[in-house]
Amino acid sequence: MPRLIANGVRVDDTFAEAFGMRATAIIITADSLRWARQAAETMTGFATSVIGCGCEAAIDRELAVRETPDGRPGVRVLLFAVSTAELQKQLQTRVGQCVLTSPGSACYAGLAGTDKLKLGNALRYFGDGWQVAKRLGERRFWRVPVMDGEFVCEATTGLTKDAVGGGNLILMGTDSRRTLAAAEAAAKAIRTVPDAIAPFPGGIARSGSKVGSNYKAPASTNDAYCPTLRGAVESALDPEIAAVLEIVIDGLTPAAVAAAMRAAMAAIVKLGPDRGVVRLGAGNYGGKLGPHHFHLKDLLP
Amino acid sequence: VTPLVLSLRQRPDQRLDLSALVPHLLAGKAAAEIERIDVQTTKHRVTVGDAFRLRFGDAGQLRIEGACDRLDRVGHEMRDGEILVEGDVGLQAGRGMRGGRLAIKGNADAWAASAMSGGSIEISGAAAERLGGPLPGETIGMRGGSVVVRGDAGERAGDRMRRGMIIIEGAAGAHAGSRMIAGTLILCRDCGAMPGYLMNRGTIVLGGDCEELSPTFVDCGSHELVAMRLIAQFAGAYSRRAASAASGKLRRLAGDMAVLGKGELFVREAG
Repeated sequence: MPRLIANGVRVDDTFAEAFGMRATAIIITADSLRWARQAAETMTGFATSVIGCGCEAAIDRELAVRETPDGRPGVRVLLFAVSTAELQKQLQTRVGQCVLTSPGSACYAGLAGTDKLKLGNALRYFGDGWQVAKRLGERRFWRVPVMDGEFVCEATTGLTKDAVGGGNLILMGTDSRRTLAAAEAAAKAIRTVPDAIAPFPGGIARSGSKVGSNYKAPASTNDAYCPTLRGAVESALDPEIAAVLEIVIDGLTPAAVAAAMRAAMAAIVKLGPDRGVVRLGAGNYGGKLGPHHFHLKDLLP
Repeated sequence: VTPLVLSLRQRPDQRLDLSALVPHLLAGKAAAEIERIDVQTTKHRVTVGDAFRLRFGDAGQLRIEGACDRLDRVGHEMRDGEILVEGDVGLQAGRGMRGGRLAIKGNADAWAASAMSGGSIEISGAAAERLGGPLPGETIGMRGGSVVVRGDAGERAGDRMRRGMIIIEGAAGAHAGSRMIAGTLILCRDCGAMPGYLMNRGTIVLGGDCEELSPTFVDCGSHELVAMRLIAQFAGAYSRRAASAASGKLRRLAGDMAVLGKGELFVREAG
């Protein structure tokens, strides 16, 4: 595969192949940023991949008090799923179990748009008849009595059908310590890009997968990128590669995914091979499955 | 953009019905056509040209100068645009309004904002009784939009209100928010007896003292609710005094228990 060199990092002339997804965003506030984050992290804790979690979700960014509807600290959370019905189900379940239950929390729409998902409209029944609606201008909120006061939840939030899931970067290093350092730098850079998330733990996946399995599973380990199988399979790794990590990126728009990949690549390249990884690649299926192709050479800093 | 200006020639001999003088009905009309519009309420015909001097301009921005309390139904079922009234207006200003902005630099007579469903009304002076309320025989009053009264308001402000927000910066008369169905009523200063009388749902905020609270409201304790933050923030766009009244720790009284009892009065803690 032809390669480019950027600050000593070999960059494969390849592309990340991504898919269209349904996505939404919500804003979670609380009396302190700590508790807003707690609610958000709880609802996104088991949301790394649509394969096993039903959705992919993570915190997009923290919000200052002037940016939230109720003037309290907050965070914006993005959720992605493969269908509107699944997204609605995941949103309702996760907000109901993880945000409604979190002390002092409130939940608002984090995305505008004509297509809507039920938020408070689905959760209000917890109020057992004591819930009340409050319309302020064009926005409608539900107030559900709970034991520390009221859970305020906007009636609906926006839905986008233009979201993209599966943007990715594959980081290949000579040891796990430096590979992780590069991946951490990339994940940190992605957190500064609005409308994009990296849903795996800390933004990083160590168990990249391929489609299909020798067993009855939809996906299985990406053996071509497993360093311990280099001699046993048709490996994609160079001889010096000893650790591989993957960054998976979902965005509300193709542009958001591209911006996140660009920021991540800049952070990886800046570290160079001595402090980070020696090679950077991306996963694809030959370009036949996903409509969105993010070529690494176009995104290099 | 030059506004369309109507200057009242003199206090009219009869009450005038200005319901035809709203931006969406005036759009596309020539000055002569506008001057021929009937505005009388008796058998004696009065046209716009008889009662007003007209300076032609954009009908989307109508200005009525030298207004008085004999001008009824200003901004009737207004859909868009802006009407600025310099002076007082008569009955039912902004009744059935659906959008746009009506600013009255004076006082408004009874039933201002009656059954309005959208847009905003600002009354710089006082509003008479039944602000936003339904006319006899109607079951629902104001059902959307926002109303700010910088002065006082008469009895039964927000009667049978269904949705929207009313802010009264001055004193309010007795039975404010009577029979409320829903919506938000903020009374920044003192109010007369029994606010929220027979209200089913909705929110009333009392920023000042109340002559007499209804005995059929029950104390639910003092709270700093997130919902009140939202109300204060929304109200703050229209009135800093209203935002202040809805902020901080407030005592919540639920009622009216004589009916459904899912409404609420928020009052300041004594002292």
